[in-house]
Amino acid sequence: MAEEAAFLRFRDDTPHEEPAVTLDSFLADQSNATAVRVEPGDEARALIPHLDRLALIEVSFPSFRDGRGYSTARILREAGYRGELRAEGDVLVDQIPLMRRCGFDSFAPAAPIDAAVLQRSLARYPQPYQKAADGAAPVWKLRHG
Amino acid sequence: MYRYDEYDQAIVDARVDEFRDQVRRRLAGEITEDQFKPLRLMNGLYLQLHAYMLRVAVPYGTLDSRQMRMLAHVARTYDRGYGHFTTRQNIQYNWIRLDQAPDILTELATVEMHAIQTSGNCIRNISSDQYAGAAADEVTDPRPWAELIRQWSTFHPEFTYLPRKFKIAVIAAEEDRAAMRLHDIGIRLHERDGVLGAAIFVGGGMGRTPMIAHEIRDFVTADDLMSYLEACLRVYNRYGRRDNIYKARIKILLHEIGPDDYRRQVEEEFAQVKALGIDPPAAELARITAMFAPPAFDAAAAGDVADRTDPDFAVWLDQNVRAHRQPGYAIVNISLKPVGGIPGDASADQIDVMADLAQRYGFDELRVTHAQNIVLPHVRIADLKAVWTALVDAGLAEANLDLISDIIACPGLDYCSLANARSIPLAQKIGERFADPARQRDLGELKLKISGCINACGHHHAGHIGILGVDRKGTENFQLLLGGSGAEDVSLGKITGPGFDEDGVVDAIERVTDKYLEVRDPGERFVDTYRRVGMTPFKEAIYG
Amino acid sequence: MRLITGNDLATGDVVWWTGGDWSRHIEQAVDAGDRAEAIAREEEAARRVNVPYVIEATATADGPRPAHIKDRIRALGPTVRPDLTLKPADPAAGSWVI
Repeated sequence: MAEEAAFLRFRDDTPHEEPAVTLDSFLADQSNATAVRVEPGDEARALIPHLDRLALIEVSFPSFRDGRGYSTARILREAGYRGELRAEGDVLVDQIPLMRRCGFDSFAPAAPIDAAVLQRSLARYPQPYQKAADGAAPVWKLRHG
Repeated sequence: MYRYDEYDQAIVDARVDEFRDQVRRRLAGEITEDQFKPLRLMNGLYLQLHAYMLRVAVPYGTLDSRQMRMLAHVARTYDRGYGHFTTRQNIQYNWIRLDQAPDILTELATVEMHAIQTSGNCIRNISSDQYAGAAADEVTDPRPWAELIRQWSTFHPEFTYLPRKFKIAVIAAEEDRAAMRLHDIGIRLHERDGVLGAAIFVGGGMGRTPMIAHEIRDFVTADDLMSYLEACLRVYNRYGRRDNIYKARIKILLHEIGPDDYRRQVEEEFAQVKALGIDPPAAELARITAMFAPPAFDAAAAGDVADRTDPDFAVWLDQNVRAHRQPGYAIVNISLKPVGGIPGDASADQIDVMADLAQRYGFDELRVTHAQNIVLPHVRIADLKAVWTALVDAGLAEANLDLISDIIACPGLDYCSLANARSIPLAQKIGERFADPARQRDLGELKLKISGCINACGHHHAGHIGILGVDRKGTENFQLLLGGSGAEDVSLGKITGPGFDEDGVVDAIERVTDKYLEVRDPGERFVDTYRRVGMTPFKEAIYG
Repeated sequence: MRLITGNDLATGDVVWWTGGDWSRHIEQAVDAGDRAEAIAREEEAARRVNVPYVIEATATADGPRPAHIKDRIRALGPTVRPDLTLKPADPAAGSWVI
């Protein structure tokens, strides 16, 4: 039986355990919360004034086909968010390398992930073509310094 | 043309390894078809009517003889001896086995080819002008810019699960040979105060709801282009509709919020994105541009004149050969539309012949056109006769470029699981009805385009004469459209009225062309006559 | 009659349910009746077929004839390439489709 993981984390700090509140609740009356959950249609930029107080932002993927969460992640990282950014829901092993590039650093997939397949996926591409949120040097940077 | 360096090759090799692993997991039952489908589609592998179909990318339609021979080899070894060139300048194979698909990709990677993003809800193969680098009317070769966009869009981490597919075309001439304004993003390069820049058109497309792209920005320089495109795509990824597959293309977003609001959102996003430093340095465009330097033309060719004594050769010269910007050279169009043939299909042997001709007479370059033909872009005029003679022997010398039998047709219900009607048999019947070459030449430029369903892969909205196949209570039925164009005079065709059966639509087309001959002004193209006199006379001719 | 059809997972070949197995030849297809959907699910789960679906067909002397032209083309092959159909020696085979 392959080794399977139901939760993946690529951070060294202690996992944040506080349950996430919805973005609407956070903005309306729970602005002291430190964990927020963002749905695909939510306006992620509404969190920008509060990013330094948040320890966890959970981005929901109700369907693996819905790619809005990738933009959510990049917008939050571009705005300087350094806390945990978690992809939760219908997250498939083949998507995790792309999500890592968009700034996600933890994953709560609805179905467990095969650890060996994931390891191969993450190690597979030596360098990307484009600059993204993961700090990897794009090919053009390697070509021209 | 572009050559991979170690980085490009490593990325393509990694993709082959990744897909091999995905196929292995599917065959072993580790993933379901529902999970595998988006993975295989992102690598151009469909499940069609008879088998798997593999679409191989031909970036901006350019390839060399070594790559062309590989396409023939794949056709021979893994398929049934032929391939089908598509309206997005790619090639597809109809009889692929899933368990052999990784081996095909391994072979393609040895000649710098792949099937990356030839399907799926991601940024597709970048298309361009088939005369790039040879046309007299271009301000620059658009392909270096297309290559820059290819690299930016390949495995873009944010834009791989878009609401729907995303097609980009780049041209650099006033004459639009790539249907630029019918793409999700169309880019036309032009010069301002000695600087090259891109006019950005967004929201064009065919399909169920055809629309012509709006100009969103008239000038973006190369050093801002990736940031600007990233902003265009991000607005779409966030706000494009995901509730209805038929409303998910960016054209619907633009239609619903309007081009002004879309432009405002893009400009706001661009201001954010520009600060991230995602644009490659000028040295990268310069590196790519150097690889597209013109070939070593012979200045002594300038005085060359073709010998027109063979009348068949002279007809082919006039119809299929176009002026080159280099004196003494010409652009050769190889028609894949023989009368009674299958538009866009070529046998492995024919593909090899074209590769040989490119190597021997064409500075080793070939192009695939959106009209499903092949181009040898740089042929010395003195060599045209030899090229033509070889094409005659291979059954590739049909002199019908842009004539009524130069038909664009999707694979239709003979191959495609989405189709409602067969496109190819209809194309064959039309070709046979108008088989007389003199009659075709008398009709002049007449772009006829056939789609076997509403998805419009056969560009029927953009045909001077368009045909749409529909399913009417289980039988094939065909609607006729007039007045479309995918060129710089872009327009969308209008339906004439009630549809026809297969023979009925051929008759209707003939009534349309007869009416055109009757009412045209001297030298007037069909589509210009239509625009001048309107639908009514044609409608009366068709329906009486 | 109700037929089950799909594609072979590894080869992509069009296949038809014969009662205990899958065949490329529609002449061997059987009426799966009310059990058709359940059989399709079971066979797909076992990866003996890919993307199966159930179609209506008429029993004829020459074997089952699918109600829809799309499935008749799947059963024979492309009408524009008789040489690549399952009946390459029969030039009239294409007329069965229409």
